[in-house]
Amino acid sequence: MKEAMLSPITEAGRCALFLLRMLAGLRPGPALLRNVLQQTFLIGARSLVIIMVCGFFVGMVLALQSINALQQFGASDQVSLLVGKSLFRELGPVLTALLFAGRAGTSIAAEIGLMKATSQIDAMELMAIDPVQRIALPRFLAGLLSVPLLTAMFNALAILGAVVFSIGVMGLDAGVFWSKLQNGVYFQQDFMSGVWKSLVFGGIVSLVAVWYGFSSKPTGAGVGTATTNTVVVSSVLVLIFDFILTSFMT
Amino acid sequence: MAASKLEEHPFMQATESSAEALIKVRGLTFRRGQRRVLNHVDMDIPRGSVVAIMGPSGVGKTTILKLIAGQLQPDAGSVTINGKAVTGLNRRELFALREDMGFLLQNGALFTDLTVFENVATPLREHRRMKEEEIAVRVEEKLHAVGLSGTGELMPDALSGGMARRVALARAVVLNPSIVMFDEPMAGLDPIAVSTINQLIRQTNDDLGLTSIVVTHDVEQMSRLVDYCYIIADGRIAGQGHPDELRGSDNPAVKQFMNGHVDGPIPFHYDQASGAAS
Ligand SMILES: Nc1ncnc2c1ncn2[C@@H]1O[C@H](COP(=O)(O)OP(=O)(O)OP(=O)(O)O)[C@@H](O)[C@H]1O
Ligand SMILES: [Mg+2]
Repeated sequence: MKEAMLSPITEAGRCALFLLRMLAGLRPGPALLRNVLQQTFLIGARSLVIIMVCGFFVGMVLALQSINALQQFGASDQVSLLVGKSLFRELGPVLTALLFAGRAGTSIAAEIGLMKATSQIDAMELMAIDPVQRIALPRFLAGLLSVPLLTAMFNALAILGAVVFSIGVMGLDAGVFWSKLQNGVYFQQDFMSGVWKSLVFGGIVSLVAVWYGFSSKPTGAGVGTATTNTVVVSSVLVLIFDFILTSFMT
Repeated sequence: MAASKLEEHPFMQATESSAEALIKVRGLTFRRGQRRVLNHVDMDIPRGSVVAIMGPSGVGKTTILKLIAGQLQPDAGSVTINGKAVTGLNRRELFALREDMGFLLQNGALFTDLTVFENVATPLREHRRMKEEEIAVRVEEKLHAVGLSGTGELMPDALSGGMARRVALARAVVLNPSIVMFDEPMAGLDPIAVSTINQLIRQTNDDLGLTSIVVTHDVEQMSRLVDYCYIIADGRIAGQGHPDELRGSDNPAVKQFMNGHVDGPIPFHYDQASGAAS
């Protein structure tokens, strides 16, 4: 029992130390920049399509449900307000982070785990190259950078989905839709709060992914466990931190 | 030329008499759980020599190399390189030490996301300030030496097992480090490649004045290649000496190993209790 209570705490502590070790060795320079951009490209390219498709359908269903509810009060022209607020503040950052965990987080963990299983990490250390700096740091920074960008993409496609459904299918007035959105959704409160959240979520998911990759057992089963743990733990953490951040920001 | 070569090899600037061994291993003891893998192992590796470490599978040969490189910490005993204790160095000092070491891991361990060229170039990019053309020349030279010139653009997954091992070999020596450790460089290679690699190890060792440690199972090739050989059995040094001396040895374990006999003091089966709590 005591064991079960303590092990997540020691794990969190180790993970925090890992983060410190990663950041302590941070040496900004062209090599790191090139590495980070390359990883951002890989991670972004991996996740872009799924983010766009999901964003579009989330926007549609959000509009559908909102119109459904608002119609009871004869207020269905407020749909863009409801969609915009819930999207920018909550659904955009959270769903993007969850999708990112499933798509990119797993592959980061699996890639690092496999490098470990095939002694590539050992080889690096023996060549006097720090694998934490070379492998973990660029992926972490790339995740930090990618999630806000992907969230923006998700939001854009979701708005498009909402437009298609409300204006195209339900025949709402386009002018009303856009003006409500423009006037009712605030830059600082609604939009920026989402951006901050997505930055934190990006950090959480990519830290969890590189951490599980690096601490995986160097076997096939170890890599499998690492990828599963990455999705489970980072998803739970994203939802927990979502509540914490929201309660502080509002 | 000679002076610049020396610049590249800090270990070559000998502070002690050259009779003193470059690598000294004293009382090295290492446990995996309850099992004592190495038990008070002593070794001396003279500067400029090629030394073999032989022994049955699972006896701890790879472990010795990793202890020498400081990747594992011994439970007792010490490793000294050029008068400097490896055990107890911090991470930065260890990395500084390894910049002048080459290591061929048992499974090659090529970076799967880099081309053959980039794999071999990685240590150069990391530790030497060289122009792109110089890197290209050096990499091609090393790839040529292992018989793989022109494969630079291939990805590691497009190589056969033996080719991958040769690329890893090229990568291990690309810095012209003063100490090179080869963990089974000949495994899985055809006889021609084995002889070529043998020559390559001998030649680079003598031309550049390196010190090489080779882990191998191949008694025949070992006899041609090395100056000195340690045979490990049951966590201890069972025999040592020049290959010819070992051949004439009447130590039963050495005899069994050199001749590949089934019967003898060295068991074929893994002994879980071996050395435990002894
Ligand atoms: N990561 C590890 N965890 C636990 N035990 C290990 C580990 N690596 C090696 N061992 C044990 O240490 C012992 C020595 O292993 P080592 O790899 O040094 O053997 P070896 O002499 O290189 O064998 P081979 O010729 O088969 O490569 C083995 O008995 C092995 O069971
Ligand atoms: Mg081995």
